[in-house]
Amino acid sequence: MVRVEDYVARTEGTCGKEKDVIVIFKYDKKDEVVKKMLEKAKIKKSIAGVISELTYKNFSFRLYGSGKAIFRDLKDKDELNALLSELLS
Amino acid sequence: MLDPYEIRKDFPILRRKVNNYPLIYFDNAATSQKPRQVIKAVKDFYEKHNANVHRAIHTLSQEASELYETAHEEAAKFINAEGMEEVVFVRGTTEAINLVAYSWGLHNLKRDDEVVVSLMEHHSNIVPWEIISRINGFKVKYVEVNDDGTLNYKSLEKLISKRTKMVCASHVSNVTGIINDVKRIAGIAHEYGALMLVDGAQSVPHLPVNVKDLDADFLAFSGHKMLAPTGIGVLYGKREILEKMEPFQGGGEMIREVSYDPRLKRCSIAWNVLPWKFEAGTPNVCGGVGLMEAVRYLNRIGMNNVEEHEEMLTKYALSRMRDCSPKIEVYGTRDTSIKCGIIPFGVDGTSSHDIALFLDNYGIMVRSGFHCAQPLHEIFKLNSSARASFYIYNTREEIDRFIEVLKEIEQL
Repeated sequence: MVRVEDYVARTEGTCGKEKDVIVIFKYDKKDEVVKKMLEKAKIKKSIAGVISELTYKNFSFRLYGSGKAIFRDLKDKDELNALLSELLS
Repeated sequence: MLDPYEIRKDFPILRRKVNNYPLIYFDNAATSQKPRQVIKAVKDFYEKHNANVHRAIHTLSQEASELYETAHEEAAKFINAEGMEEVVFVRGTTEAINLVAYSWGLHNLKRDDEVVVSLMEHHSNIVPWEIISRINGFKVKYVEVNDDGTLNYKSLEKLISKRTKMVCASHVSNVTGIINDVKRIAGIAHEYGALMLVDGAQSVPHLPVNVKDLDADFLAFSGHKMLAPTGIGVLYGKREILEKMEPFQGGGEMIREVSYDPRLKRCSIAWNVLPWKFEAGTPNVCGGVGLMEAVRYLNRIGMNNVEEHEEMLTKYALSRMRDCSPKIEVYGTRDTSIKCGIIPFGVDGTSSHDIALFLDNYGIMVRSGFHCAQPLHEIFKLNSSARASFYIYNTREEIDRFIEVLKEIEQL
């Protein structure tokens, strides 16, 4: 079982009407995170290796090469943790 | 005209890379970077002069007190205040406005009174007034903003009446960079006997500001947006008004005398003189020293040159953004004669947070969200906005790079 906190440096709720969550992955884990997520999720679009728009089950998110991801329409932190746990396993 | 390439040599942080790209810092409306002169002043203070102020007669305390008082004097000169009695050091603009709301508003505003605030204000110039109005029962009335983000002066003139006791407006909007005619607003407020509070957080670091010319009763600004450390800012107030106001917080430093009367079984208290009456407890001495060095740095450049440089950058950025696809939209007016170096923008179909993350990937720092000005975003019918804001060390080449990356974002 993957421990999400081993990969995540911090999460940040965005300021604005959109209730997105930004996940900043640990610097030394970012390449591993990007690799795992690209394997697990379906790529809808990718721009110059900088950003990938991904879907996984009913969720859509954007993953940045810098080791950050932006998740949309999540109910709460538990849902985010469950999703990350699956994506990183 | 200032030379940003010479200035950049003073800012160690600008030599770093982010995600393997040279750092481009366009989030100056949130906070500025610090020159080595300010960093050195802070370091020197702790290495050579650190002591509590106004508490002791020993050498270090005298040195610290002298530095701290000189910092007040130089901050006063920077905005052309009468003297340091009119300059209260606070944590920042937010605390300065709260000081006025609590010390003046709580004691002077009554049920039938009104405070007039513009809808383009930062939350820090809305929330304190709403809090006090819920205690005292007075009304907070909001001045409308036009579709281009400029203040609706007709709405302002309609709202101000004999009931108005305070008018609050930002000198420069932290979202659009629009410069409000606060001198005109102060004139209207004074006609009705109201006081005028100016939020100078986005003007004092970027324009020459003269409190006598503006005739504002209060001016609030933050040090950290003008090269100084965080945790230090200024409330300017006209001396005669500050004299009449009750203190904000109680404690050491702000009192001249606390004497226990055994007959009454309570203490009688005499306040300290200005500005110390409003600076309870041990102040941020080192922050004051850092602010003084920042003021000296800006004075050496000249605030007219700062303004001119930012106007040049803003014009250039706006013209380059016009070359981008129609998907990229600048919010608010593009008229640089009434605008500072702040550009709010969006890319059609892309959230501001995606824009900020994309730019961050290339080492370009911009802000995304409401920028603590949700009512203005509601007027613009925006969920949020991205914001690029410039300062003395930014260059045209950085804007060129920003535009290149912006063109990639169009593909999102």
